[in-house]
Amino acid sequence: MLAYFDHAATTPMVEPAITALNNQLKKLGNASSLHSAGRSVRKDLEQGREEIALAIDCAPSEVIFTASGTEANNLAIKGLFWKGAKDNKKVIITSTFEHHAVMDPIIWLAEHEGAQIVGIKVDRKGFIDLTELKEAVEKHKGEVALISIMHSNNEVGTIEDIAQIVKIAGDIPVHSDCVQSFGKVDLSFKKLGVTAATVSAHKVGGPLGVAALILKRGLDIEPILHGGGQERDIRSGTFNAPGIVAFAAAATDAVANKKERDIKIRQLKQELINTIKKNVSDIWVNGDQENCLPGIVSITFPKTDSEGLLLLLDAEGIACSTGSACSAGVQRPSHVLLAMGLTEDETTSTLRFSLSYTNTVNEIAALGAVISTVVTKSRAAMVK
Amino acid sequence: MKKLKVIAAMSGGVDSAVAAARAVDAGYEVVGVHLALSSNPQKYRSGARGCCTIEDSHDARRAADVIGIPFYIWDMAEEFHKGVVENFLSEYQAGRTPNPCLRCNEKIKFEAVLDRAKGLGFDGVVTGHYAITKDSPAGKTLHRAADPEKDQSYVLAVLRTDQIAGAIFPLGDTVKTDTRKEAKERGLFVANKPDSHDICFVPSGDNAGWLRERLGSESGDIVDGDGKKLGEHKGAYTYTIGQRRGLNLTVPDKTGEPRYVLKIEPKSNTVVVGTHEELAINSILAAPPTWCGIAPEINKELRGFAQVRAHGAPLPCNYKFDGTNLIANLDQPVFGLATGQALAIYDGDRVVGSATINETI
Repeated sequence: MLAYFDHAATTPMVEPAITALNNQLKKLGNASSLHSAGRSVRKDLEQGREEIALAIDCAPSEVIFTASGTEANNLAIKGLFWKGAKDNKKVIITSTFEHHAVMDPIIWLAEHEGAQIVGIKVDRKGFIDLTELKEAVEKHKGEVALISIMHSNNEVGTIEDIAQIVKIAGDIPVHSDCVQSFGKVDLSFKKLGVTAATVSAHKVGGPLGVAALILKRGLDIEPILHGGGQERDIRSGTFNAPGIVAFAAAATDAVANKKERDIKIRQLKQELINTIKKNVSDIWVNGDQENCLPGIVSITFPKTDSEGLLLLLDAEGIACSTGSACSAGVQRPSHVLLAMGLTEDETTSTLRFSLSYTNTVNEIAALGAVISTVVTKSRAAMVK
Repeated sequence: MKKLKVIAAMSGGVDSAVAAARAVDAGYEVVGVHLALSSNPQKYRSGARGCCTIEDSHDARRAADVIGIPFYIWDMAEEFHKGVVENFLSEYQAGRTPNPCLRCNEKIKFEAVLDRAKGLGFDGVVTGHYAITKDSPAGKTLHRAADPEKDQSYVLAVLRTDQIAGAIFPLGDTVKTDTRKEAKERGLFVANKPDSHDICFVPSGDNAGWLRERLGSESGDIVDGDGKKLGEHKGAYTYTIGQRRGLNLTVPDKTGEPRYVLKIEPKSNTVVVGTHEELAINSILAAPPTWCGIAPEINKELRGFAQVRAHGAPLPCNYKFDGTNLIANLDQPVFGLATGQALAIYDGDRVVGSATINETI
């Protein structure tokens, strides 16, 4: 491969995480066992929990490990909803451009558990309408089970003002999907004041198959998996000790190097935008360019089709992504971009490039060398 | 020399998988593409039947991985609905019996896909069809496959010369059992996947029920040639010319002869039945024609073979093109021929052309 611009999908594991994972894989013991082998693994795991707590600025007991970000989102949303529903609070307030891992459990609750969804619109840059949110909170006073709004959007990178949203929410629990933000921008669970936040290992250089729900101390929510009750009786399943210690190593590494990587990624991002603009003059960048993640760039190439663009770039050894695809792999117009006011044609002619500090200017030059031809071909394929 | 680049249309079945693998062996640069033909593929779970299920797209992807080619899914649901499903419905509404596979080849695989492939810089489209193309001074020509059991030249006869030029059929010289054997040898787990027989967008296989759901079921009369009522039907379009079973006639025939559907008249919503003898067709008028090669001289009577069904026998005939209609006069009558099907003309094993049957005499 010549160039990898899909780090928001997943990113290479960092060395400290690989080392931690390898070492832990060799260790015998179930962290729940009472004997010394079990205790030893438990010790490693709890140290990992503390490191992650430090990285996101929460108490260690607030970290609930799960097997994926999707699971953590489901756990938070369903758990907080069921808790609220006991007091007849059945409204869920959310934005109209959440990740599917937030949107779909909410829709499921509406279809199966009588939840009422209130979707708050976002503007062209991807900022949630705080006035509308305020009105919704007032209108549904005493009826809202939870508010779930992402910390930053995975397709365009715009960062929401979660602290302000928490203020507006008052005593309503707020959950925030922080999967894309964690390790990339300043993120303090305490300062944000949210009730629950989701983070995932493989987006920060950790392994696949491990994530965490950060859930305020003392708050008990209904589990979705029932079993041994390993995590505060909220999440069951044998502890994934190797995954957890590797997650901790990656999180620590990400936070320690955040500042210097942020500068480098933002420079690369600007270089990428400039390079594409130089070769294809009529493109535009979606999302806000100030309050944004360092590495996500959403670019619309008018009158193209992103499936064709991706195929041609892939053939040149360049990896990027086209919004979302359904389980059969069929590309669908991005609900994120539609929510931001793009037309259906514009959403299906948009690519997401997501960068990491591991990218180089040479990779960007490789993209620059082919992008004009690729766009021309894609446009030719659109002509019926 | 620069490698030719082709798109391999991969349904998830064994034929298209082996075809793609052979294209790689032949030196093409191959990219696998699975066509999503349903507007809601997530809800289109129908197991091994049909060709647009999640399982099939997975099978196609897995085959592409084993072969070692890139793989993508192209959403052709809109084109498929417009070009195939809507045509299927309107033809039935008009009392005709369409062949959707043929329309899919004409409008989707060798038009929408081929056009898109060419736009993206590819040279052609590979499919697992059993048919042969040959180079001739007049361009590429289309021929019957080596395996008469599997020959699919009939459903490809609708293609124009320029479409044939962009088509590659690596399985034309192979018998199906060998294709399966080869798939196994290549480590393609679809080797034993059953053939699909149903219409892919009618996953239940219940064609009449599918039509009834969409076109309603206005009952009407079943009559004989004199217009005498013999029974009632539950939606005229669910009948096919030549059909004998399921007529539930209340008035028996005088001679005790079985009766067959002769005609469907959508305007009066009647189904006309008669004897087997009355089903005999000697002449077929079809239009508009497409020619796989040079068009025949107008009004020149030629000898050839007519084929009127996907797996029908070649029928010796005289044929001519009168400028509008392709007319075939059969040496021996054929029984129970529905309008809406294609008339394909062959010169030996070569496809001369085809047209949709409008009238039978």
